[in-house]
Amino acid sequence: MSELLQFLVSGITVGAIYAAIALGFTLIYNASGVVNFAQGEFVVIGGMTAAALIGAGVPVWIAAPLAVIAGMLVGVLLYRLAIRPAREAPLVSLIIITIGASIFLRGAMQAVFDKQIHRYDGFSGDAPLRVGGATILPQSLWIIGGSIAVFAFLAWFLNRTRAGRGIRATASNRMAAALVGINTGRAMNLSFALSAAIGALAGVLATPVTFTSYDVGVLMALKGFSATMLGGVGSPLGALAGGLLIGLIEAMTAGYISSDYKDASAFVVILLVLFLRPQGLFGARITERV
Amino acid sequence: MMAGQRPTTSAAPADTGRHAYLQNKVTRRRAIGPGLRTFLIFAVLVGLGALIFPSSYFYRVGTLVWINTLAVTGIVVLLGYVGLVSLGHAGFFAIGAYATAILPNYGVPSPLAMLSGVLLAGLLALVVGRPILKLSGYYLAIATLGLGMLIWMVLSKEAWLTGGPDGMTVSGMNARNLFKMVGLNLKSAEAWYWVAGFTAAIGAAIAVNLAGSPSGRSLRAIHDSDVAARSLGIDVARAKSRAFVISALYAAVAGGLLALANGYITPETGGFMHSVEMVTMAVLGGATSVFGALVGALILTALPQVLTVFADYEHMLLGGIMVVTMIAMRRGLVPFIADLWTRRKS
Amino acid sequence: MSLDIDGIGIAFGGIKAVDDVSFTAHPGEVTSIIGPNGAGKTTLFNLVSGVYRASSGRVRIEGQDVTGLAAHDLARRGMARTFQNLQVFPQMTALDNVMTGCHMQERSNLLSDLLGLPGARRETERSRASAMAALERAGLADLAHRPASEMSYGQLKRLEIARALVTGCTILLLDEPAAGCNAVETREVDDLIHAIADEGKTVVLIEHDMRMVMRISSHIVVLDQGRKIAEGGPQEIRTNPHVIAAYLGAHGAAEAEAAAHA
Repeated sequence: MSELLQFLVSGITVGAIYAAIALGFTLIYNASGVVNFAQGEFVVIGGMTAAALIGAGVPVWIAAPLAVIAGMLVGVLLYRLAIRPAREAPLVSLIIITIGASIFLRGAMQAVFDKQIHRYDGFSGDAPLRVGGATILPQSLWIIGGSIAVFAFLAWFLNRTRAGRGIRATASNRMAAALVGINTGRAMNLSFALSAAIGALAGVLATPVTFTSYDVGVLMALKGFSATMLGGVGSPLGALAGGLLIGLIEAMTAGYISSDYKDASAFVVILLVLFLRPQGLFGARITERV
Repeated sequence: MMAGQRPTTSAAPADTGRHAYLQNKVTRRRAIGPGLRTFLIFAVLVGLGALIFPSSYFYRVGTLVWINTLAVTGIVVLLGYVGLVSLGHAGFFAIGAYATAILPNYGVPSPLAMLSGVLLAGLLALVVGRPILKLSGYYLAIATLGLGMLIWMVLSKEAWLTGGPDGMTVSGMNARNLFKMVGLNLKSAEAWYWVAGFTAAIGAAIAVNLAGSPSGRSLRAIHDSDVAARSLGIDVARAKSRAFVISALYAAVAGGLLALANGYITPETGGFMHSVEMVTMAVLGGATSVFGALVGALILTALPQVLTVFADYEHMLLGGIMVVTMIAMRRGLVPFIADLWTRRKS
Repeated sequence: MSLDIDGIGIAFGGIKAVDDVSFTAHPGEVTSIIGPNGAGKTTLFNLVSGVYRASSGRVRIEGQDVTGLAAHDLARRGMARTFQNLQVFPQMTALDNVMTGCHMQERSNLLSDLLGLPGARRETERSRASAMAALERAGLADLAHRPASEMSYGQLKRLEIARALVTGCTILLLDEPAAGCNAVETREVDDLIHAIADEGKTVVLIEHDMRMVMRISSHIVVLDQGRKIAEGGPQEIRTNPHVIAAYLGAHGAAEAEAAAHA
């Protein structure tokens, strides 16, 4: 029983990370229709930058926001240098561009930092708390809290602010949004910046628990995709639920089947979703207009 | 003035049209088809390589170029003809390679081992591809990314079978013996070079045949407009699935050849970066033609040998090439240069 | 073969884009669908040709229920179409575009295609011949080797007709075939459609050019806001007060009248 509880705790912790990645991913997809394969790199940028700064003696409360800002800058650069010049390109080109950007960032990460695995201390120390029969790291609470905060922020931002409504309008119909005077270019910039910031934040929060290195971005992106697809592409609630579910499935796989194949569970979920329910749990089937 | 010029300008295109049609008739009267022509061009290039290579090292790199060309030709069929991105083709490559490495340990002769690997890869592509290919292009990219990682994971974890992360040696046939049968005494590196070149030439010829055939037209139609293709009676999901299987077969044959020629393989042959490399080669050279596959494979295989810094900045270079090519010359080097050439001539 | 539409409908997010529309198109006749922009004409075509799945109603070909069949299966039952906003294959030449339309006639298998066996080449030659004939018919023979991306809008419209014709269809859905054509080209398209119907094919036409509609239609169906508001021969439609109110307006009615007397 306490074993199951322990798996649940660790499942929810990593699940919250995947949920944050999936939310960032959903934001860009909704605003631009681009499936951003470089989403996982933002997580790495956040984690590596924070690790480097903390390693250099910068206090956490300065290093963490700086790392998020670094991610945000890269997000805007990604949009301006790689996505915007190819706006009218076919789907295939956009897929290749974001994959290329992801590989490029991975290489840049290796060049700027190094090939080592990094971590730093949890924000509130590393002494585990006892809850029932399970132990929980204080950092897990930071991660879970962070994801909930991101979700709440997005809900507020997209529905209650002018800029957020601009993104939603751009998402549902770019041309119409431009016609009613919404600056769709700014909306796109903003969605890439926000999405990258969310990814970087996930990296900053997660690194004390999951560690980070220059090459984990693809894996992170894949987990994020799995979460998004399980929840239903385009649905923020789906991203949250999908992320938590993937985390739980992964923890159960590691606990009860084989820790060697814990990463495999996400891919198996992707394949199952594609076979059985392509629209995901909360998504609607999209009818293409001809 | 303007009105007087009109008829000439409007007549000119019609003339070139008719001219092109005549040209086409001439082409058709040629004795050899486009597939055979491609085969011969490739064969000449293979021979040219052999003429200028000064050492076994060059033959080994040349072998790699042809093996990569073969694998990338599969990507050309999938990406260039149909417009689908796979991020897991290294998985199929590795299935071909590992079957060729593993089965001989259980008494299966090498050629048969390679064949089983190729069939296994095709079967897997068929089973996995069919449901996914009903959906939009993103899903295949994501699903193949997952599938490739899964295959890589199995290869790295099941050490009892695959030797784990360290890889395994491949015992079995040597191409030298093939040539000995006809009385030629070649070095092993030379023998594999010829075998790889010959296979790549056949692969290219097949891909060119496909492009000009009824099935190939269906694939190219899907590339341009899915909806129109359907309206003409083309079963889009089925056609895509065929292309996916064909391209998986190419990758698996290339994998089997690599295992035999190298005598040693590691799980990285099935890794994500290898999949990305294949796509980058296709994109760089030009994914619409087999010559694009050759040029892309040549550049990205030879470059790391020449530039030692390549190893340090491999990721940045590969990623940068993908992004820049897609933005600046979307169709890749070969069509880009061909365009420049025709424009200069006219 | 006759095409029978029975109470067909679809809703997008609660809005009924097409609602309970019924009509029958007969072989050898041109049936036109008219109506103001956003009336649901193209959506109706997409429902009939299997691009969208209808949420209600039936489609029958020669009495046989084909509701819900996939687009390519409908094509195999003899239905071909063109597209309002063009769905050509821009990277192919005009000839290759039309040759692709021969897909269902081609009898070759994948293996002989891959190996370039004589069978595959023979099929390609056959397709080339029938595609050239269709291009000739559409007045595009001179442009056979021009990439589709370099052709004008009006030419591409006719290219789509040629491509649909070589499928060997018995039912042809044409979505604004004369859009982007000048007066001379419109007349040519007009004649072409006439000739197609005279061969005994069932032609269903969406068109904004009222003169053309009145001139070549045997039967006209009028849509407004997704619903059928009138149906009948050109003369009936011209004088139907609902139609005049919803669509033609005073100007359109005069134009149609002029066409009738021309």
